[in-house]
Amino acid sequence: MAKDLVEFRHLRTTFHTEGGAVKAVNDVSFNIKEGEIVCVVGESGCGKSVTALSLMRLVSLPGKIEGGEILFEGKDILKASDREMRRLRGNQLSMIFQEPMSSLNPVLKIGEQIMEPILEHQIISKKDAKKRAIELISLVGIPRPEAIFASYPHELSGGMRQRIMIAIALGCEPKLLIADEPTTALDVTIQAQILELMKELIEKFNMSIMLITHDLGVVAEMADYVVVMYAGKVVEETNVLELFKNPRHPYTKGLLKAKPVINQRMERLYTIPGQVPNPAELGNHCFFADRCESCMDICRRQYPPFKEYEDGHKTACWLYEKEGMQP
Amino acid sequence: MTEPLLSVEDLKTYFPIKGGVFRTTVGHVKAVDGVSFAIKNGETFGLVGESGCGKSTTGRTILRLAPKTAGKVLYKGQDLYALNKHDMRKLRPKLQLVFQDPYSSLNPRIKVGDAIGEAMLDHGLIPRRELRDRVKETMQLCGLSPHYIDRYPHEFSGGQRQRIGIARALILNPDFMVADEPISALDVSIQAQIINLFSDLQQEKGLTYLFISHDLSVVEHLCSSIGVMYLGSMAELADKDELFKNPLHPYTKALLSAIPVPDPTVRRERIVLTGDIPSPANPPAGCKFHTRCPVAMERCRHEVPALRDVGAGHQVACHLV
Repeated sequence: MAKDLVEFRHLRTTFHTEGGAVKAVNDVSFNIKEGEIVCVVGESGCGKSVTALSLMRLVSLPGKIEGGEILFEGKDILKASDREMRRLRGNQLSMIFQEPMSSLNPVLKIGEQIMEPILEHQIISKKDAKKRAIELISLVGIPRPEAIFASYPHELSGGMRQRIMIAIALGCEPKLLIADEPTTALDVTIQAQILELMKELIEKFNMSIMLITHDLGVVAEMADYVVVMYAGKVVEETNVLELFKNPRHPYTKGLLKAKPVINQRMERLYTIPGQVPNPAELGNHCFFADRCESCMDICRRQYPPFKEYEDGHKTACWLYEKEGMQP
Repeated sequence: MTEPLLSVEDLKTYFPIKGGVFRTTVGHVKAVDGVSFAIKNGETFGLVGESGCGKSTTGRTILRLAPKTAGKVLYKGQDLYALNKHDMRKLRPKLQLVFQDPYSSLNPRIKVGDAIGEAMLDHGLIPRRELRDRVKETMQLCGLSPHYIDRYPHEFSGGQRQRIGIARALILNPDFMVADEPISALDVSIQAQIINLFSDLQQEKGLTYLFISHDLSVVEHLCSSIGVMYLGSMAELADKDELFKNPLHPYTKALLSAIPVPDPTVRRERIVLTGDIPSPANPPAGCKFHTRCPVAMERCRHEVPALRDVGAGHQVACHLV
């Protein structure tokens, strides 16, 4: 049994906006084990990115981490000093973002950007850092690494930029790579390349990946363990095979049914009615109640407890709470 | 065999690249480089391909929103580019476009009711006093509550804005609609709603769509014929069943295999293409796909494969087939 690398415990991150307090992450708990790919799935605004940013302690105002713990190798990151945090970021914790163009500095050469975290965190000469950077460029599958080392981001395509982002993130051999929608902005054939690459690297570096995505196809392909979020809360979590075979939460079921799948024809697509609720106006009831097909009286009165029902399959839904209330 | 509603013959759209002191034309981006297809009345034709393959430019050139360089666009047998400005304007309501990004395609200062009704007044299709009822009716049809008629775009979610975009096109009672990646900016649960709206409207109004997308699974659901484009050229063209059952072009095969399947028990043999899409300003000689093709031969480097019919309307441009 692998050890837990990261443990989120009752994390709360709130954005204090003019329209009211938005609980972007509302009591979120889950674990990431060593060497595991954990996918966090949900629609825009469900809090998946803010969860990741909280882990990096990069939540900026008006957002604030208001409660809970995030344990990284047993130590609470939220209590670490800024100095300690700087030593973790880019070193043991790395992050890649959705839009590779806006996350690279357009006026710095690729090589300098790869060397920066290496020189920051390791005792290494500039010459060795350069050698390492060139190694990293070829490691992420880019031909002519020396030429790329001396080029600028605008000279590269979207797929190559995302590879460079990965190279930067891998510079210090992190224990955890956070990938926030790394392939959403890319074409399918390039997405396939990047996903393949990430799978190869996880074996080579023995790291864990927290992969944030909204694409259930990517989840099925990559994940060991899946966390489904809705309106700031975890509504279901389990291992990937169980999730696709036996989804429990009506939201997860809806997501799986709503996606058109190649070679599975149907007359009409299933749709989840309505839309994601306004995060500033959530009540005490189940947040999915208004869109749920099997909504009951209790769902409109009280938020369901998040419980483990069988073999590590956890969900927050009243349907499973009492015997005899099965759908 | 029904007469096609719209047919495109050897369409070319080149954008000039200006350079040098005198801004002379030093080359061309061949965005669309000789594309032909026909769309039958009431069907949905899907155009798929990766970014930069010219699928959007094809859609815009068909509607005369981008200048063509060569070729013909025939709508009900009439060459659109032969029409003068006045006649083209009269025809515009029949040919409509729905954009990809529902955020930037609506003017934030104009109430949605006015945005939807604007074109009706512009074209003088309805007296002003009847307009409001017509707008409400169209909103209802697109799944928007008519109460929202006096609201501004920022009060709507992405899915609702896309419905507004569709309502704007639909109110003119068009025959033909180009939908340019209308769902790619939306969330999964909302995508399904919009896809269903497109098929409902088609059944109700007998619309013909050109549906541009990069997502083959969406195209499979919605379209009856599909064209796969690569770097401005048509790589393969067939009706849906044929294309998915029997893809012939190596690019189509790779595209199909690159789509992640939401089933963790399926472990497929995946064709991962190496490299990136070459620049359309300087496409490779011979078959444009040869730089990434896993089965390229010597011949592919020199000779451009022609789009050939291999039976039952299945056309493919590959030397191997």
